[in-house]
Amino acid sequence: MATGSDSTHAGAVPAGAGRAPAAPRIAAGSARAARTRALALLAAALVVIPFLFPNSYFYEVAVLVLMNAVVCLGLNLLIGYAGQISLGHAAFFALGGYGSAILAANHGWPTWLSLPVTVAAIGVLAAVVGKPTLRFKGHYLAMATLGLGVIVNLVLTNEDRLTGGPDGMSVPPLAIMGYVLSGEKLWYGIAAVVLWASVWLATNLIDSPVGRALRAVHGSEVAGETVGIVIARWKLAVFVISALLAALAGALMAHYSGFITPSKSSFLHSVELVIMVVFRGMASIWGAIVGAAVLTLLPQLLTVFKDYETMVFGGVLIATMIFFPRGIVPTLARLWSRRSGSGSKSP
Amino acid sequence: MGGAWLQFVASGLTAGAIYALIALGFSIIYNTCHAINFAQGEFVMVGGMSAVSFVAMGLPLVVAVPLAVAAAMIVGLLVERLAIEPAHGNDVVTLIIVTIGVSLFLRGLAQVVWGKGIHALPAFSGTDAITFFGATVVPQSLWVVGGTVVAVIALGLFFNRTLFGKAMQATAQNTLAARLMGIDTRVIMRVSFALAALLGALGGVLTAPITLTSAEIGVMLGLKGFAAAMLGGLGSFAGAVAGGLLLGLIEALGAGFLSSAYKDVIAFVMILVVLFFLPTGLVGARSGDRV
Amino acid sequence: MSFAQSVKRVVGTGSVAFSLALGAAGVQAQEPIRIGAFLAVTGPASFLGDPEQKTLEMLVDQMNAAGGVLGRKLQLVSYDSAGDAEKARTFTKRLIEQDKVDVIIGGSSTGETMAAVPLVEQAGVPFISLAGAVVIIEPVKKWVFKTPHTDRMACEKVFVDMKARGFTKAALISGSGGFDKSMRAECLKVAPANGIEIVADETYGAADTDMTAQLTKIKGSAAQAVLNPGFGQGPAIVTRNYRQLALPQPLYQSHGVASKEYIKLSGDAAEGVRLPAAALLVADILPANDPQKAVVTKYTQDYTARFKTDVSTFGGHAYDGFMIAVNAMKAVNSSDRAKVRDAIEATKGYVGTGGVVNMSPTDHMGLDLSAFRMLEVRNGTWTLVK
Repeated sequence: MATGSDSTHAGAVPAGAGRAPAAPRIAAGSARAARTRALALLAAALVVIPFLFPNSYFYEVAVLVLMNAVVCLGLNLLIGYAGQISLGHAAFFALGGYGSAILAANHGWPTWLSLPVTVAAIGVLAAVVGKPTLRFKGHYLAMATLGLGVIVNLVLTNEDRLTGGPDGMSVPPLAIMGYVLSGEKLWYGIAAVVLWASVWLATNLIDSPVGRALRAVHGSEVAGETVGIVIARWKLAVFVISALLAALAGALMAHYSGFITPSKSSFLHSVELVIMVVFRGMASIWGAIVGAAVLTLLPQLLTVFKDYETMVFGGVLIATMIFFPRGIVPTLARLWSRRSGSGSKSP
Repeated sequence: MGGAWLQFVASGLTAGAIYALIALGFSIIYNTCHAINFAQGEFVMVGGMSAVSFVAMGLPLVVAVPLAVAAAMIVGLLVERLAIEPAHGNDVVTLIIVTIGVSLFLRGLAQVVWGKGIHALPAFSGTDAITFFGATVVPQSLWVVGGTVVAVIALGLFFNRTLFGKAMQATAQNTLAARLMGIDTRVIMRVSFALAALLGALGGVLTAPITLTSAEIGVMLGLKGFAAAMLGGLGSFAGAVAGGLLLGLIEALGAGFLSSAYKDVIAFVMILVVLFFLPTGLVGARSGDRV
Repeated sequence: MSFAQSVKRVVGTGSVAFSLALGAAGVQAQEPIRIGAFLAVTGPASFLGDPEQKTLEMLVDQMNAAGGVLGRKLQLVSYDSAGDAEKARTFTKRLIEQDKVDVIIGGSSTGETMAAVPLVEQAGVPFISLAGAVVIIEPVKKWVFKTPHTDRMACEKVFVDMKARGFTKAALISGSGGFDKSMRAECLKVAPANGIEIVADETYGAADTDMTAQLTKIKGSAAQAVLNPGFGQGPAIVTRNYRQLALPQPLYQSHGVASKEYIKLSGDAAEGVRLPAAALLVADILPANDPQKAVVTKYTQDYTARFKTDVSTFGGHAYDGFMIAVNAMKAVNSSDRAKVRDAIEATKGYVGTGGVVNMSPTDHMGLDLSAFRMLEVRNGTWTLVK
């Protein structure tokens, strides 16, 4: 819970009220080098890991993890860096999927068109909805986003002529120039590329002037405003970016699974996404992947507990938040750096 | 349509009373612990389900009900000691996750202990409907509304007339100052949780005869109670009650006159509209945006 | 070496060789038959998945105790999809690729089933679904079968009964769950053909606890009878509210609440309520010459003895799915996926808990309207309506 005590803290605004997590640390001067190294590492990992998969079931889970990581990345920008909370983000994910599905299945649009159009439309929607919503703060923002998420969920469930209702609807596969994209291995490749690109985008964003403005917003909105940063604009920008990422992931997942149900927009799903972000450490991009992985794999692993699955899951959450309040990755990273005595390396 | 209109109001008030109790629980915990307790709905569930168990064991309702409420209070205390206190001092999002974890844990535990089925509690005083001006209510509805009224009055007296209650108010207004004055804020927090659990469980046992109960009911109830608390103004006592009743009425009237399919949407839209114009809720929150 | 020693050596070597050969053949025969399942054991659809899981476990144990199938042990690999389509899909993949099962029985809800359909079609694994909606088998998909009656059949059964009682106008009140919505859509579709006009169509939320508003509107409509497609606690509350508001029209429920639990939860309010149900529910009052009597009675006894709880129609669907699969394997003397699929499709005259099943290449369910019995609640228990 300490405010950023160790290492190089080049120019970032210190944390405000004692409760907020410290703003992310950057190694002064070698930010770009660290970034490139990390991105290369990510690319290498993404290429190598599939060789460990014994059958296509593992590919399936991997695709799920990667797509969740993309959503988490966006949500992390919002929660971790900009300090805003959203308890309704699953709505963007689901709308991405449903939008592309409805355009393709009900109106005959080719999927290579329906997907980008849907994602762009959701970006616009996020901008429109975000402007009044982000005026709220703290718990009120939580309530507003929660309410919006619930409304989207109810509409998707009830408009069965359009959306197929609670049983969901079939989604045509993604096809480009007549070439149908199917099969776990191909989709693993697609998901990996999308994730890598998102991480590249996110890390560049963090270390740019925009990113510094974001961290100012998080640290203390008032202080930020005092030095002339127009808070509202940046908050909205981050909100839209996180919505775009969620919608993209949602649309891709829908085309991959061939099926989508309204439960994708449920409050529980939104909560799961927030947990993934917090788990891995707010303001820690690499944790995005760890968090998504852990939470996606957990149900698979918890099947051994059968009846006790929910209890164990709840218990794990509580314990993690108590012992790793800053998220697993930063806490471990801090322990590591404390031991090796050097400055922090992870962004 | 006089009878129909009155019918909607009657069912709206009954549901609203429960939302009010849950919203009060939210507000109390928010005030003293500065946390949103997403497990509030589970207190309701524990109350109802415990009562069902005690009745199944052969205890008369008169004994089962207070026992169930007491059981829920113990659960509340345990939650505070084991989950909230260790996590105290962290930021908003962390605390929210912890309470979500608690909610999941309690739900999972309930499924293991009580199974996944649905259960009914016998009505306190029979099921013969009472008619007035074309609307009918079951006697249990009167218990619900009456019980809520009594609880609200008792709570008010507690906060305003007793030393401990005033200490709680002091803690809510300024924790540091309260501690400096010698108030043990940890005890305050524990009592808050016990109190919230009591209110939730009371709601649970009062409505179980009407709404049935199962291990899963906590989720939606918690959500709606939270929405009601926000509507009235988080942290405000009167706001919680007003918010709860209003939410119940909006739901029932919306279902009756507009669309039964979309009544929940109507309710949430209204809440968002209210929050948009009155950002701190109807009655207004206690703390402003501290600089 | 003496003669005796040589004999001993020959016999010794021979018996070793013999037992090795036997052992090898035994090891081969020991390869278990894997039955995969993904069921909603926890979550909102748990009272579908829980009895289904229990039934499958019980049957596998019973079969194994009796020597297995085709001389091989049965192995049940089952996952809890908790009513979530995404999980259902992932677990189906796991069953096919990782666990390499021979047949899949599962999909407690329609959403979960439909999510798994593309996978089983692609991989070629026979899949017997335990969900209700008609879209599962219409249009027919090569590898997909189902055991429960369709929601369309339930609507038709109820409308036929309404017509017989002289009603022509009816009201619907249904929940927002998948089962509810699907059945409501089917009822709206088939009502005109059955001479029924739907004059009111109300809905409630899945977690709602008060339907007096909706019922008040129905009370004031021209409906002569009311049908409540739904399951879970919604119908129980609808029934209680129904009595509270003293609606004069007769109330019909769906096969989704065909369980003693529904009567228990609704209390006195359930008196006079009618619904279509499988014979399983009234095993004890079936006439002795009823073709299903033996099967349902035995299943009821076994299940209640082992689990100390009432049988449910959903458990019955799992029973039928399991028996059809096992019978198919016995018919072709193999667990090969394609052969078993063909044998399942050729099921004729199978007497199960849901009715008498006659499948065909165009009918992957095999039940007709007579498989449903119309029941009425009298004195807190089920009675058969003639």
